Amino acid sequence: MLGYVLKRIAATVPVMGVVALFVFLMIRLAPGDPAAVIAGDYATAEDVMRIREQLGLNEPIIVQFTKWVGALVQGDLGEAIFSNKSVAELIGQRIGPTVMLTLTTIIFTILVAVPLGTLAAWRAGTFIDRAVMMFSVGGFSVPVFVLGYILIYILSIQLKWLPVQGYRSMFEHGLWPFLRHITLPTVTLSVIFIALIARMTRASVIEVLQEDYVRTARAKGQSEFKVLLRHALRNAAVPIVTVIGLSLALLIGGVVVTESVYNIPGLGRLVLDAVLARDYPIIQGLILFFSFVYILINLLIDLSYTLFDPRIRY
Amino acid sequence: MAARKKANDNQVLPVLDIQGLTVSLPDDADRPFAIENVEFNVGRGEIVCVVGESGSGKSVTAHTVMGLNPKKQLKPVAGKVLLEGEDLLVKTDAEMRQLRGERMAMIFQEPMTALNPVMKVGDQIAEMLEIHTDMSASERAARVLDVMRDVKLPDAEQMMHSYPHQLSGGQRQRIMIAMALSLEPGLLIADEPTTALDVTTQAQILDLIKDIQASHGTGVMFITHDFGVVAEIADRVVVMQHGRIVEQGDAKQVLTKPKHPYTRMLMASVPSLTPPKRKPVKSSTVALETHNLDKTYFSSGWLRAGRTVKAAQQVDLHVHRGETLGVVGESGSGKSTVARCIVRLIDPTGGEVLIDGKNIAGLSANAMRPYRRDVQIVFQDPYRSLNPRRTVGQSIVEGPMNFGLSEADALERARELMRVVGLQPEALERFPHQFSGGQRQRICIARALAMEPTVLIADEAVSALDVSVQAQVLELLDDVRKKFDLAMLFITHDLRVAAQICDRIMVMQHGIVVEQGITAQVYAKPDHPYTRELLAAAPGRHAQFGAG
Amino acid sequence: MSINANQDMLPSADDTAAMVRDDPSVFVLALRHPSIIIGGVLLIVIVLIAMIGPLLTNDPIALNPINRLKAPGDFAWFGTDYLGRDVFARVIHGARVSLVVGLAVSACAISVGLVTGLLAGYIRVLDAIIMRVMDGLMAIPGILLAIALISLSGATLFTVVIAIMIPEIPRVVRLVRAVVLSVREEPYVEAAIAAGTKLPLILIRHILPNTIAPMIVQATYICASAMLTEAILGFLGAGIPPEIPSWGNIMAEGRTYFQITPWIIFYPGIALAVTVLAVNTLGDGLRDTLDPRIARKM
Repeated sequence: MLGYVLKRIAATVPVMGVVALFVFLMIRLAPGDPAAVIAGDYATAEDVMRIREQLGLNEPIIVQFTKWVGALVQGDLGEAIFSNKSVAELIGQRIGPTVMLTLTTIIFTILVAVPLGTLAAWRAGTFIDRAVMMFSVGGFSVPVFVLGYILIYILSIQLKWLPVQGYRSMFEHGLWPFLRHITLPTVTLSVIFIALIARMTRASVIEVLQEDYVRTARAKGQSEFKVLLRHALRNAAVPIVTVIGLSLALLIGGVVVTESVYNIPGLGRLVLDAVLARDYPIIQGLILFFSFVYILINLLIDLSYTLFDPRIRY
Repeated sequence: MAARKKANDNQVLPVLDIQGLTVSLPDDADRPFAIENVEFNVGRGEIVCVVGESGSGKSVTAHTVMGLNPKKQLKPVAGKVLLEGEDLLVKTDAEMRQLRGERMAMIFQEPMTALNPVMKVGDQIAEMLEIHTDMSASERAARVLDVMRDVKLPDAEQMMHSYPHQLSGGQRQRIMIAMALSLEPGLLIADEPTTALDVTTQAQILDLIKDIQASHGTGVMFITHDFGVVAEIADRVVVMQHGRIVEQGDAKQVLTKPKHPYTRMLMASVPSLTPPKRKPVKSSTVALETHNLDKTYFSSGWLRAGRTVKAAQQVDLHVHRGETLGVVGESGSGKSTVARCIVRLIDPTGGEVLIDGKNIAGLSANAMRPYRRDVQIVFQDPYRSLNPRRTVGQSIVEGPMNFGLSEADALERARELMRVVGLQPEALERFPHQFSGGQRQRICIARALAMEPTVLIADEAVSALDVSVQAQVLELLDDVRKKFDLAMLFITHDLRVAAQICDRIMVMQHGIVVEQGITAQVYAKPDHPYTRELLAAAPGRHAQFGAG
Repeated sequence: MSINANQDMLPSADDTAAMVRDDPSVFVLALRHPSIIIGGVLLIVIVLIAMIGPLLTNDPIALNPINRLKAPGDFAWFGTDYLGRDVFARVIHGARVSLVVGLAVSACAISVGLVTGLLAGYIRVLDAIIMRVMDGLMAIPGILLAIALISLSGATLFTVVIAIMIPEIPRVVRLVRAVVLSVREEPYVEAAIAAGTKLPLILIRHILPNTIAPMIVQATYICASAMLTEAILGFLGAGIPPEIPSWGNIMAEGRTYFQITPWIIFYPGIALAVTVLAVNTLGDGLRDTLDPRIARKM
């Protein structure tokens, strides 16, 4: 058991290494002079020099890499160019709303998508199935921000049911204001994931429903509901959980957009602000941060498989 | 008909009485009915075998009784299915759910896939009780132990907490039987329950089913394609073809005096367990030889000790030209590993493979290529052996053209070979999906012959075919062996098939050759206890089948 | 038990005469699938609009400060933006950008992914390395990666296409590799090996054709996702240069005035959604008819 866990953890090291190397090389191998691009069109030669200095682009590449990885291992994600704060510090300030938005989205998605997908699979080929699939294709096709603006326009501006924008912390302002502000962003961000997870659930459950053991369960006289719950869904759990894990990368992209639509002061807004300010170290630090979080969460999901399937042995 | 009258005379209601049952197929199928006017019954404490080849409708019949057919595709349109006098076809879904498990139960072909992999086997048996009784959890556990002991599972207390993948195939089928019998249903439907099992396990499961039904008085509807199994277990026999019953009657009577030509043909196609007299092979040229052939799989792990699996150990064999050597064994015996090592689809870990005296065991892929044409192989699954996107002709000429034959010459050879294997040369332009399984296997033989090999390996080449087609393909293999003076290595799990086609035979167990010798001698006087066990387990060994 | 009863049947009838079953070809089936018809027709209409439309509309970049932020009406069907530019003309022109980006990204991602996936699937030494790199690439959120690449190399149509393409590659590679790994175990591939066929021919003849169907389906999904990503990048101000009227850029410019003139966001948003929907619907239909079971699992 411990051996298996250690082995899985060790297996993430090369992946993190690839991410780090990729991010490191990105700025060094970019066509043209990245320092000049970052400095912008109105920068003087000195500005460019200063940025190049700050990014450590003047040293030999091996020295740069050693220093960079050394800092990274200690949790140093770099320094912002303009604010003179460390990227880690900025992440610390902004992470709260993002974590909350991500959690509410994942919970809402699972609550809606898994039953929806299971229902569609159980009634495959019927009107219900087609309706779910149509919703799913639609969900994939509407851009997150357009959906966000449509919801704001109808629910906030026209009907005035919910606040237009902004964020209230659950801990400082209480649960109710938090919920009122987080509802629209959650729904907006969830739609594409509900589409994705519902589809995946449907496909997995349809596959499991063809299995012999489902026939056995029916031959026992088991009710359809329990056949679905106890036999089909439990066996479909591994692929569903896997997709939830893999789609986190997509979710992070959605967070950036949603936070900027709803003006939520989280990490997504930090990215956008950095893009506008051309503060590349922040973008780079956030990429590393998000990638490592993604790898760690998928590691946890990997380890959780044994809960769902006894055939996967430590 | 005769059987029904008998049941009536005895004034006993049969457990299952199927009357004029017709089930329709969807519109786009190749015939209007899956089964038509099917009529037979199963008495209390009686085993009725429903026999037929694929497409005969035997499984549709069973699934219709259980109400497990997909409703839209397979609709019963006429007839009655009476379970202890009640017509099942007029029941609602809820009523059927109640009857399933309690009054009729079913076991299936694949005990691995028929059990839920993520549920403990004890819980799966208990689920049956949970659905149909109001027993408490502890009562259920006690009953589970009871039925598990009933089917002679060892260490039931421990085993009920196991998952299916931790049990052997035979144990899993016993779990299925235990589950089916836990509520003492009047009817047990067994759908090819031993087909996926090794022959020794099959014998044990057949014994168990006989014992159990005798002690519980269960009526059993037993579906099979195997006349050996029929001879072993049946009280009465129902023979089906193309969705209709062609013959039914007492097992003894049908097995000794079949009336319908189809039944006669089926029984004549069953290879006899007695090897026919074969002329001793005169040739002295050894075409294929292995010395100390080893194949070991290592699964490495850097945090725990790597596991090694010795798939084949110290295998010595030789085959003369014009001779057939049979390699028999159960699953996991290493018989296919040997075949794949010889064709070099996998690399042997030790020993020598001599083709016409030249050792090819250690050759690199490139150095191996010139020797490829000497050894050809025919695989088990006719549906996956041909590239579905390429015409039959393209598949056959591929090999010869690799060795420098022009396309025209290769096609000419292909046309000739099509005639040899009993197909029309025009078929070269067609695609594999347009052929039946038996025809595809003929094409694969033609493809192998196109290389003009000296050694032909048949790896379970007739195992996936229906018995009537099997007999024809076997005959073809024997013909081409003679015609082209081939050294043939015939891999099979089926002792009957091996008896008919092999000059010599080699028995493998757990990767080791336990016995080899002239076929007739091995069958008459097996030396090794394992060979004796195998022969004793062959179903229907006392019955006489085959043309001879 | 198969529902199709047409298998080995009896005795002399069976084996010698080849029986022909007339299976309608995949393409005929495809033309009957409602998703393919709806998605395909819709897409053809959109492509035609993108090709011909710009010749008929007003100049999409002509400024008209007097008529700024006009509501949709006779003057301008979709209203005007804060510089008085005709939103309808801009939306029609934007179709070109979206379609070009979608097409270019899916073509590039498929070609790169196909070659890499074939190598990974058939050459054991490369497999471990390639798959680790792909795992790493998968871990980087696609939009962030694109933003970073663009902010480093400057925003042009070309860099946007490359930046959107790179995060799409791992999925293609994994899919191709999965197909290769499953097909190479097929007996017909083993038969080809036994017949002495060389590796490159085995790849081209027996393995590559199995990747075509899943690749076509994947290409449509990548195309749809690329159009969305392009719009998101534009919307975040990190996409194609603002002078080019792409749908993302139009919507980005509409953000400030959203409460007064929501149509500046809604019209291009609807255009984008309909286009992506058409491509996705087509993809679903293709997937159903071509049935690459592996693609469905990914």
